[in-house]
Amino acid sequence: MLEAYIREQRKNKKILLMTHIVIGYPSLETSFEMVKAMVAAGVELMELQIPFSEPIADGPVILKANQEALARGVTVQACLDLAEEAARTFDIPFLLMTYYNILFKYGVERFVQTMAQRQLRGAIVPDLPHEEGQDYLQAMNAHALDPIFIYAPTTDAARMAQINAHARGFVYCVARKGVTGQQTDFTATLEDYLARCRRATQLPLALGFGVKDKADIDFLTGKVDIAVIGTQTLRIVETQGPSAVQSFIAQLR
Amino acid sequence: MHERGYYDRFGGAFVPEILAATFDELVAAFAAAKADPLFRPHYEAVLAEYAGRPTPLTFAANLTRHFGGARIYIKREDLNHTGAHKANNVMGQGLLVQRMGKSRVIAETGAGQHGVATATMAARFGLACTIYMGEVDVERQRPNVFWMERLGAEVVPVRNGTRILKDAINEAFRDWVGNMDTTHYVLGTACGPHPYPEMVTYFQSIIGHEARRQILAIEGRLPQRVYACVGGGSNALGLFSGFLEDPVELVGVEAGGEGLDSGRHASRLRSADASVGVAQGYRTFFLQNGDGQMRETHSIAAGLDYVGVSPILAHFKESGRARFEAVTDDEVVAAMALTMRQEGLIPALESAHAFARAFAEAPRMKPDEIIIINQSGRGDKDIFTVADAFDDPQWQAFIRAKAAVYTAKEGSHA
Repeated sequence: MLEAYIREQRKNKKILLMTHIVIGYPSLETSFEMVKAMVAAGVELMELQIPFSEPIADGPVILKANQEALARGVTVQACLDLAEEAARTFDIPFLLMTYYNILFKYGVERFVQTMAQRQLRGAIVPDLPHEEGQDYLQAMNAHALDPIFIYAPTTDAARMAQINAHARGFVYCVARKGVTGQQTDFTATLEDYLARCRRATQLPLALGFGVKDKADIDFLTGKVDIAVIGTQTLRIVETQGPSAVQSFIAQLR
Repeated sequence: MHERGYYDRFGGAFVPEILAATFDELVAAFAAAKADPLFRPHYEAVLAEYAGRPTPLTFAANLTRHFGGARIYIKREDLNHTGAHKANNVMGQGLLVQRMGKSRVIAETGAGQHGVATATMAARFGLACTIYMGEVDVERQRPNVFWMERLGAEVVPVRNGTRILKDAINEAFRDWVGNMDTTHYVLGTACGPHPYPEMVTYFQSIIGHEARRQILAIEGRLPQRVYACVGGGSNALGLFSGFLEDPVELVGVEAGGEGLDSGRHASRLRSADASVGVAQGYRTFFLQNGDGQMRETHSIAAGLDYVGVSPILAHFKESGRARFEAVTDDEVVAAMALTMRQEGLIPALESAHAFARAFAEAPRMKPDEIIIINQSGRGDKDIFTVADAFDDPQWQAFIRAKAAVYTAKEGSHA
């Protein structure tokens, strides 16, 4: 399972990296090239986002990537095919990230079964709180996949405990209020919040939203197990092209 | 969140974790207000003093004679301050904002009516205000944009997605997840995550409760049918709320656009193009493709041009408590024209959907039967769209002359 993998990796690394792509943006071919570059740069985990027309938790950069991928006709099936190819080609765990309607329309049980068949390891569904996720949790358990849940700075201790009861693999801590891709202040406030997260769960912690450079990663080292780079790699692709991704990731630690 | 707000298999609260605490706070504030015996009377007093309630129930003698069927009554929500039923919900949520001690409100708007209503409330209550509006709607409802800005609101044109109502809702949520400490999201319709469907219906139910009282006072008996247009569903649920326990048929009328077979419509409850999904925080019928991606919708009426529909109405459809119909853009324009000529009333294009369906059914009803149509808003805001629909040459000449004046002014400044 993911938890064991993360603990094993952490034995000789101070912090792990998880990167993110929107499947089909800027194209399916480039998406696969980006996965390849990120794996070559040494990331330990990847989240592959299946685009959705209403991505309410995402900021302008990832929102635009969702829309452009869909405008080019990327289907859920094409995303699952690409995810499977990545999982079979590269020796790191891949997670799917998407909004609940994608699972719901596919059929939650069928979607989870497909994930398992395609060697994907877990899922992040940001608009599915555990209270609404009975079908999903049951299916994920049945197929031994990890449902990744989210903590936010607004989550109180009691709710963190409830979420912990359902979470597996690791807990994804959202660094701040707001959507993806905005500025995050890496300060003592964030440190206090991470300490609250640490007390609430035994699972490894990942931190995402606004992580963009080596200074941010240095700040997070020793405080979380995984740093998540999302929007920043899309910005690199847009400004410097896909070939710049590998060197960007490689210089982060 | 313990209370999820389900109506059979519709509703729920599918919100990102960052907003979970904010929704708990809102659920608690709404529950406390409902439990406070002074709240509802205060709310009704505010609407009486500020918005002009109760609105009349007007007997449409000429239309009744014209069709020779059921007696036609019209509930005059167009006479609310700002010209639509939206004020009912906005003033109610404004009182909640005061109870929660927040200083800023945000809202989405389609036709612009909800945006204007929110901007007036914000001005009255001393709140900062930002309105999200799809770029397409900004173009077709410019007069409302003008008024919102004069009222002190910031209007943000939304250029994402299909650039209409649903995209404005997404953008309002994106604002809210960053600013929930100071900000309340005044959602304009009975959609979205719990408690919005219940809360908006609670405030809009004033329409139906008044209408029931009024028809009993005038006719001494209940109507056979009541008609309301259905976008998100707030004016329909408002009217229907007064008659839920009565043997009254509830008829919701959706935007059939260019026809249900054309693919260019916004009918979620009547067309075969819709299916159950989860988006914008709730589960209902959506116009979506097989992958779960939302489709483009179309209606002549910006306020009905929406992919989802209230989970309470979705439940009414399945339980059979309400009947849903769709009318085309052309039928709507014809119904609006007839209502203006016969009664001197100008229904909004949204409201005219309810009129169009009622006009199709009224002639087949008996003269001792009664119907009520909800005129949810007034149509003068639609002057540009309506002038185009009527292809009015004098209007076009006026606009050209006005544009020439602006162009000349620009030239003299250069």
